[in-house]
Parts: sequence; C-alpha cells; structure tokens
Amino acid sequence: MSDTVTTPPRRKHYLNVDYGIKSWLLTQDHKRIAILYLISITFFFIIGGVMAALIRVELATPLGDLVEADTYNRLFTAHGVLMVFLFLIPSIPAVLGNFLIPLMIGAKDLAFPKLNLGSWYVYNLGALLMVAALLRGGTDTGWTFYTPYSSTFADSEVILTALGAFVVGFSSIMTGLNFIVTIHRMRAPGLTWFRLPLFVWAHYGTSLIQVLGTPVVAIAILLVAAERLLHIGIFDPALGGDPVLFQHLFWFYSHPAVYIMILPSMGVISELIAAFSRKRIFGYKFVAFSSLAIAVLGFLVWGHHLFVSSQSIYAGLIFSVLSMLVAVPSAVKVFNWTATLYQGSISWQTPMIYALGFIGLFVIGGLTGTMLATLGIDMHVHDTYFVVAHFHYIMVGGAIMGYLGGLHFWWPKITGRMYSVFWSKIAAGLIFVGFNLTFFPQFLLGYMGMPRRYHAYPEEFQILNVLSSAGATILGLGYLLPLIYLFWSMRYGERAGDNPWGAYGLEWETSSPPPTLNFDEPPVVTTEAYDYLSLREKKLA
Amino acid sequence: MQGESSHAFGLAHHFDSFDQQREASYLGMWVFLVTEIMFFGGLFTAYVVYRSGQGAAFAIGSHELDIVLGSINTAVLIGSSLTMALAVWAAQTGRRKAIVAFILATILLGGLFLGIKVVEYSAKFEHHLVPGPNFHWQGPEAPGVEMFFNLYFLMTGLHAAHMVIGIGILLVVAILAWRGSFSPENHNLVEGIGLYWHFVDIVWIFLFPLLYLLGRNIQV
Repeated sequence: MSDTVTTPPRRKHYLNVDYGIKSWLLTQDHKRIAILYLISITFFFIIGGVMAALIRVELATPLGDLVEADTYNRLFTAHGVLMVFLFLIPSIPAVLGNFLIPLMIGAKDLAFPKLNLGSWYVYNLGALLMVAALLRGGTDTGWTFYTPYSSTFADSEVILTALGAFVVGFSSIMTGLNFIVTIHRMRAPGLTWFRLPLFVWAHYGTSLIQVLGTPVVAIAILLVAAERLLHIGIFDPALGGDPVLFQHLFWFYSHPAVYIMILPSMGVISELIAAFSRKRIFGYKFVAFSSLAIAVLGFLVWGHHLFVSSQSIYAGLIFSVLSMLVAVPSAVKVFNWTATLYQGSISWQTPMIYALGFIGLFVIGGLTGTMLATLGIDMHVHDTYFVVAHFHYIMVGGAIMGYLGGLHFWWPKITGRMYSVFWSKIAAGLIFVGFNLTFFPQFLLGYMGMPRRYHAYPEEFQILNVLSSAGATILGLGYLLPLIYLFWSMRYGERAGDNPWGAYGLEWETSSPPPTLNFDEPPVVTTEAYDYLSLREKKLA
Repeated sequence: MQGESSHAFGLAHHFDSFDQQREASYLGMWVFLVTEIMFFGGLFTAYVVYRSGQGAAFAIGSHELDIVLGSINTAVLIGSSLTMALAVWAAQTGRRKAIVAFILATILLGGLFLGIKVVEYSAKFEHHLVPGPNFHWQGPEAPGVEMFFNLYFLMTGLHAAHMVIGIGILLVVAILAWRGSFSPENHNLVEGIGLYWHFVDIVWIFLFPLLYLLGRNIQV
C-alpha cells in the first residue's frame, strides 16, 4: 500500500510517540511493556534452545561422548528452568496478553501500569539470578529441585537458581493480578462477560492459577533455601522431615503451571479459528467455562506426579480419576473448535496453519496425558521418555504453536507491518514436521523403557534417538526463520492496514500500530464476540 | 477524546472515574491478599503435616514458648488493628492530622510487637532452641521438637517480615498524609495498607493458638 507517501503528517502511535532508551525502560504503556517482554523471553528461548540442541547432539550416539554425566545434568536442568520459568510461563500472557487484553476490552491500559512495568524488572532480576547460577556452573537437580537431593546433597548452584525461580514467580503474580483486576473493572461500556473474546476468558483462568498457585511454590523454594543455608531439616528425613512434602508443595503449583502455559494458547487458538473460519466459535459459553474448569480442576490433580513417591494407593486412585477429568473441558474445546471449522469459510493463512497444527498436536499430547493419568500405565512409563514426549507435545506442540500462531496473527497490529507470507508458511510447515520427528520417537523410546535424564543409553535405542535429533535440527531451523523474517518485516514489510485479516474484535477497530491510549474514540460494544454474520451482511449491503 | 488535562487531580490517566480507580485498587489489594494466604498456606500445610505425625513433640515445644509475652503481643497487635481502622476512618472523613496520628500509633504498636518478638527470640537463642547445628534438646523427641522450632521460627519470622514491610509502607503513607495527599474521594493507599495490616494481624491470630496454645494442656 502506498498511502504512506500521501499522508505527510505522520500519525502518532505507541511506537513513534517517543524515542530513546529511556522512553522504553520507563514506559507505562502496556503495549511497550509487551515488546520489552517479547525481547526478554526471545533471548531466553534462544539460550534454552541451545541447551536443548546440546542435549540432542549428546543423545545422537549411545555413548556419553560429548559431555560428562554431571555436565549433562546441568544442561537439562538449565533447559528446563529457562524454558519453563523464563519462556513458557510468561510467553503468551506477558507478551500477547499484555498487548491485547486492554485493546480487546476497550481500555486505555491495564489497571496498574506501574505494576506492569515492575513485573518486567522483577522478571529480569530473577533471570539475572538464574544466569548468574549458570555462569557459576549451573544446577544439577532438574527443574523440579527435588529434596533431599536439592536441599542436602547437591553440590551446585541450587540456591541461586531456586531464588531466581522465586523472584520470577512474583512477576507472574503481578501479571495475573493485573489481568484479573483489569478484566473485572476496565471493560468498555456494553462489553458484558459473555461478549468477551475467548482469549480474555482464557487469560482470566490463567491469571487465577498464577495468583493462587505461584505463592505456594514460592514458599516451597524458600524452605529449600532455608534448609540449605541454615542446615535445618524441613524436608530432610534424617532430621525428622518429609521429602514428599516438598513434592506436594512443588506440584501444587507446578502442575497448574502447565495450564498457565496451555490455557492462553487455547485462548489464541479460539481467536484464530474464529477469524479464519469467518464464524462465531461454536458453543461460546462452553469454551469460556471450559477455561475456568481447567483452571479449577488443575488444582486437584497434582498427586499424579507422586504415583511412585510413597503416596497412598487411595490418594493415587483419586488423583488418577481427577486427572482424567481434565480431559473433559479440554475435549470440549477441541470439539467446539472442530465444529466451528465445519461449514466455515476457511482460509489458509499462516496463523491458521499454526492453529490446525495445535489441534492435532494437542490431541496427541492430551490423550497421552490421559494414559499417564492411569495408575497402571504410569507405573510402567514413569520417568521415561514417554513422559518427556507427552509434556513436550503439550508445551511445545501446544503452548509454542499457539504462541507463534498468535504472534503471526497480531504481528501486523503490533508493528503495523506484514511479514513474508511465503516464508512464514514454510516455517510453520518446518516446525510442524520437525516437532513431530523430534518428539514422536520419544514416545516409542519411553514405552520401550528408556529413562529420562541420562546422557548415555543402550545401542538398540540409537535409531529412534537419531531420528529425534534430526527432527530437532529441522525444528531449530523452523524457529530460526520467524526470527529472521519478523525482524526483517519491521523495516521492509508491507504496511498492513488496520485489519489485514478482516477479523472481528475491538483490537482490529483501532489503527495499526495503535495510539498510546489505544482508541481515538472510547469504544462502546453492542454485539456479541465473533459476530462474523453481521460483518458479512454489512459488507453485502 | 479524553485528554489528560480533563482529568481530575489524583485520577490516573487510564481510569474514567474515581469510582473505577477505587474499585480497581481495592480488588487489586484483595487479590494480593489471596496470594498471601496461599503463601502462608504452604507453611500452615507443613505445620499440619508434621503436627499430625509428631503431636507429642509439638506439645513439648509449645511448653517452651513464653505464653505471657505471646498473649501481650496478641493484645498489642489487635490494638494496632484498631488504630489502623481509625486511620482509615480519618481518611474517609478527611481528617488530615488524625490520619497521621493514628498511623503513627499503628507504627508504634507494630514496633512494640517486634520488640517483644526480639526478646522472645533472644531467649530461644540463649536456651539453644534455635534450629540448626547449635540446637540442643536434652529431653525426649528431640527431632520433633526441632521441627516444632523450625516451624515456629519460619512462621513467626515470615510474619515479622510482613510487619517490617508494613511499617515501612506505613511510614511512607504517614508522610503522604501529612502533605495532604489524601481526600475523602481518593485515599486508596490508606485503605490498601489498612487491608494489608489487618491481614497480617489475622495471620497472627492463627499463629498464636497453633504455636503457643495447642498441646499446652498436655502434661509433659
């Protein structure tokens, strides 16, 4: 589009309203803070990805020939800690949620802009602690910090890494608190709860988990640090403590944390499916409440991580049944998305490829999750690559596909520019193929009995491991491409226009990139979400 | 378009009205207190787990605590909640000097609480009841008694840390109040710190019976 040449006074928007490093580091604009988060989490995604690459190179051969066993332990710990705490948990909420929630509900900003900026600094402070731990040699406990190994025996930087997780947790709480208050109190006139986009509903559920769960892992981490520093025995059986108590406290947060990663992604998928099927989401209320159901049920299932940790068999049975219940709201979402596609006017844009990829991968991840929730099967595959494959299908196949799909969908809104359609479709294809090649063989390996967290393995596992490592290479290439063409598009991309997808929603009614206060006229909402029918009628008339 | 110039003094740019700003501020504080409940909840869970297994040792431990000082501190803290509530009332009714006076009274009572806590802690230190390498317990159930004191110090210590933070914020609020930053329409900070102070008070209301009273009737 060439209209840029004909409009001499440049329109002020949030990106060009002010220049200079200070205008970014002291900004209280949710959109700029989202960009700050985007930079931070991309940085740590790359570092965590390099760790994963080293792991896959080591596992290409049965012998431990690249790194020592101890170094390997530190590698997979760093990979897990960075990816979970510094990438996956903040990814969609702190970047896309931060940017979009005020736009989607017609507000000028989040309820607490200073708290929002503060959360980014707290995040970086925690990240700094983790990086310091890495530079001092890393941690070898696994991202789960299980006691009494972490509290008594481990001879690595447990305290620094754990305190990093503790501090980052507060940034997560700040974001969640901000979203809850914003969604309750800042909605535009006429925007009732059941007119909210499902993205907002999903973030509401996510925020509940962040607010209720994170403090519990914070106290668990504090207790481990106290035990190490003061030589007291909270979790040390030799001093009358109970190591399993740590597992309870840890998983009370860390299982719901999985839903912190996947729920926002599901919110993104609902937006994408509706936009590229040109239809209102089938069963809107069911999808909205399924987000809350996942958030609530998520707090009742942590015991399925303790099936082999001396938990009573009755507790195991109950946790097993409760864990399977999570499949119900998850299936509600998948069926409703599928029903939305039915007779929809489907267009194969890049974000839609990610959305359809998400559905396929999430179904596999979810079904294997139900298998793992079954007591008998879990005894067999506990701590094997089956578990590793399962949670990567949810976190990488689910959460990251949603994140990338969302990033591609709202990129024109965020930057005002369009990226290369061709390369973005290539990347989406590479990621889908590379991901499956990386992680599907791990299901087989795990079922055959290959345990996780070892740097060497028997020779008969090599073929599948080589396949997995080859897949990781493709996956890495797929992740590299968006980094290049998205960056490129910021300068050379075509001007996108306010609503390049013809999508429905308040965020598409303001200009791209939006002005600092989001809307020139305070919006008033008179219609349901995803009212594509009336949009079409308006066009025809 | 609503420019910032049309905004009333004290109303942040992204809110439409004082009502909206106040409701957001209160809800935010309540959500924060929920996170605090979960934070302390982890410790209370640990307490329940260990007490259910080592009830006798916990009874022995509670006999070692100074019930007189504990009771005085409970009264002091409830008194501080009263002065805090009065400070909020003063803010609602626009009494500038009364806000400052009641907040200073709250700070004073909070300081008194912490002072008494220091006396209690130092007595435990002298009797080698502080957990760790220097812990010595001659009587029965030594590991259980040490666990009791682990939890005693962690729970009361975390509570005291919240008091210290609260006093720090109260000092700032007192200065702001003295400068006349609050009005009956806009005194969210006073309400917020008030809620926080009452919460910290309530945590103590649970800590006191759990640590000082339970098991005291059992002869050891």
